[in-house]
Amino acid sequence: MYAYDELDRTLINERVSEFRDQVKRRLSGELTEDEFKILRLQNGVYLQLHAYMFRVAIPYGTLSSKQLRRLAHVARRYDRGYGHFTTRQNIQFNWIKLAELPDALADLAEVGIHAMQTSGNNMRNVTSDQWAGVAPGEIEDPRIWSELIRQHTTLHPEFSFLPRKFKIAITAAEHDRAAIKIHDIGLRLHKNADGETGFEVLVGGGLGRTPFIAKTIKPFVPGRDILSYIEAILRVYNQYGRRDNIYKARIKILVHELGIEKFAKEVEEEWKAMGDVGLTLDHAAIEEVRSRFSYPAYEKLPHMPDELKQAAHDKLFERWRKNSVSPHKVQGYSIVTLSLKPVGGPPGDATAEQMDAVADLADKYSFGEIRVGHEQNLALPHVAKRDLPALFKALDRLGLATPNVNLVTDIIACPGLDYCSLANARSIPIAQELTRRFANHDTADLIGRLHINISGCINACGHHHVGHIGILGVEKNGEEFYQITIGGRADENAQLGTLIGPAVPYAEVADVIEDIVEAYLALRDRPEELFVDTVKRLGVEPIRERVYATR
Amino acid sequence: MTSPLEQKKIRITGPSVVTANRTWDGAVVYRTAKHGWSTELSDSAIVTTSDEARALLAEATADDLGAVGPYIAPVELKDGGKVKPGNLREHIRAKGVTIDLQVPA
Ligand code: HEM
Ligand code: SF4
Repeated sequence: MYAYDELDRTLINERVSEFRDQVKRRLSGELTEDEFKILRLQNGVYLQLHAYMFRVAIPYGTLSSKQLRRLAHVARRYDRGYGHFTTRQNIQFNWIKLAELPDALADLAEVGIHAMQTSGNNMRNVTSDQWAGVAPGEIEDPRIWSELIRQHTTLHPEFSFLPRKFKIAITAAEHDRAAIKIHDIGLRLHKNADGETGFEVLVGGGLGRTPFIAKTIKPFVPGRDILSYIEAILRVYNQYGRRDNIYKARIKILVHELGIEKFAKEVEEEWKAMGDVGLTLDHAAIEEVRSRFSYPAYEKLPHMPDELKQAAHDKLFERWRKNSVSPHKVQGYSIVTLSLKPVGGPPGDATAEQMDAVADLADKYSFGEIRVGHEQNLALPHVAKRDLPALFKALDRLGLATPNVNLVTDIIACPGLDYCSLANARSIPIAQELTRRFANHDTADLIGRLHINISGCINACGHHHVGHIGILGVEKNGEEFYQITIGGRADENAQLGTLIGPAVPYAEVADVIEDIVEAYLALRDRPEELFVDTVKRLGVEPIRERVYATR
Repeated sequence: MTSPLEQKKIRITGPSVVTANRTWDGAVVYRTAKHGWSTELSDSAIVTTSDEARALLAEATADDLGAVGPYIAPVELKDGGKVKPGNLREHIRAKGVTIDLQVPA
C-alpha cells in the first residue's frame, strides 16, 4: 500500500476545484468546446459515442479496499453501475455526465485517486508489474522506482508538453508482466556483477500505426542515476522529436530513424554533458519513498495448511487453484488472480456490486489490498493459503472465479465500436463470441496458454500486435472486417505478430480463430508446446494453409 | 468549428441528419428542424442535398453550448416516414451498445 503525502493531496484537491470552475464556465457558455477540450483531457475526460468517458489512474495497479469501494460508488452514483479496467492500469467509466464530473472527481480525491496524466502529450501513469512487492525472486519492489519517477515527472513543465504522450513501464522480475518492450521507455531492474541495483534501459517500443519493440540502449544504469538518465533521453527526444507530424512524433519513430546505436550514443553524450543537474537520487530520497510503501504483517504459516489438503479433493477448487493462484514470496501466502473474463462477458468490466464485494474480500483475506494488471484482471496479492478454499467459494458466487487466466478465453479487448468514436469495428462482441466457443474449460486447458488480443482500430489499445493471436478491426465498404495475426508476444521475448491471410468479415472471425487453434493442436509436437512456440518453430505458413485451404 | 473550407467539401449521397453529443451529459442528439436538439432520431431535420446539409451543419455548429462535435450522418428513410440510422456506428449511437452488459454471475 502507498501513503500519499500532503503535497500530493493538496495538488489533487486544487485540481478538482480548478476543474469544477472550468466545467461551470463551459456549461455557462463562457468556454467553447475548443477552449475546454484541452482542459477536460487533462482531467481524463474524453468524448465517446454515447457520452463522456472518464479515465482514472490506478498508479502501479495498487488499490486499497477503500479506493475500490469508491470506484464502485462512482460507477453506481454517476455511471451505469459498472467500470472497465484497461490495459494501462486505469479504469474507465463510459456514461458519465459532464455536469457531474466535478463531483465524481471530488469523491475520488477524498481517497487519493485522480485522473491526472491519463491523457494528453505528457508523461503517463508509470506502470509496473501488478505483482510488485509480492512476486518471488523479485530484485526489489519496482513501485518504489515508479513512484520516484512519478514524483519527478508529475506536472513537471518539461514533461507536460512533450511532442506526444510518453509511457514508461518497470519490471523487477524474471518474467515481464509489465510489457516493458512496448513502452516508450522500458526499465528492467536487475543487479550488476558488483551486486549493485540498477536498470537495463530500453527505448522506443510502442504499438499503434507503426509498431516497434523497444531496444536496449544501456544494459546497466545505477538506480541513483535513473532520473538523470531519463532526463537525458527526454532531452534528446525533445531536441529531435518531430512535432510537425502527429503520427511520427513518438520516440519509437525517432529511435527507428536515427538507429538504436546513434540514439544510444546521443543519450550517452547528453548524459555526460549534462553533468550534475541535481537529479542524482541519494540514499535518503530512495528510502523516504520506500518507507511510504507498507507491507502487511505476514504471519508465519505452513507451506501446506490442512485446509488446502482437504480442498484438494474438490475438483472445481483444484482447477481454479491451478489456474488462478500463483506463488508468493512469503511462505504460506499466495497471489490470487480474479478473472474479469467470464464466459460471454465483456472483458475487463466489473459491476459496482463486484467491486464492493472484492473490496470486502480484500479486507477479509488480503490485508485490504487489490491489484490491477494489464491483462484486464484483478488480483488479491496477499492471501493466506489456508483461506483459499473459502475465497474460492466467495469468488465463484460473484462470477469472479472463471478458471481461465492466461487461457484462450482470457481475452484482452479494447472498447471498439460499441463505445469508441475512433473505432472501425466492434471488439467486445467478438471477444464474447470467442469465450462462448471456448467455454469448455477442459478444452481451454488442453489448448494451454494462448493470448488473444483485439483492437477496434489501428491505435492498438487492445495490443493486437503482441497477441499470440491478434485481431484488428478494419473497415471495408462500410462493413466490419478483421485482420488476424499470429505469433506476437508481449513478454521478455516480445515480438510482433504476422498476418495470416486476408481480412475476414465479422461473422467469420470466431470460425477462423477456431480453425487456427485446431491447426495448432494438430501441429504442436507435444502438449507442452505453447501456441506461440509452435508458430515460432513452424512459421505462419503451415497454419495459414490449414486455415485458408477451404476458404 | 467546421472550417469554411471543410464545409465546402461536404457532399452527401443520400438522406442525412446532423448529430452531436449534448454538452452537459454527452448524450447522443440530433439537430431538429426547430433549431434545437433532440435525443430522438425521429425528431431530426432530414436533409437531402449537399447545400441543405452544409446549412444545417453550420447552424448546428454555431450552437456550441447545446452540443459538441456536430457532423453529418447518413440515415435510411423507411416506408411510413420512419427514420433509421444509416450505418452501424450510427445504429450503435442511436440504440446503444450491441453487447449484453450484465456480467453473468
Ligand atoms: C474508448 C476510448 C479510447 C480512446 C478514444 C483511445 C484512444 C487511443 C489512441 C488515439 C491511441 C493512440 C495514440 C498514439 O498513436 O500514440 C491509443 C493508444 C493506446 N490505448 Fe487507447 N483509447 C481508448 C481506450 C483504451 C482502453 C479501454 C485501453 C485499454 C484496454 C486503451 C489502451 C491503450 C494503449 C495501451 C495504447 C498504446 C498503444 C501503443 O503502445 O501505442 N485505450 N488510445
Ligand atoms: S483501438 Fe481504436 S477502437 Fe479500440 S479503443 Fe483504441 S482507439 Fe478505440
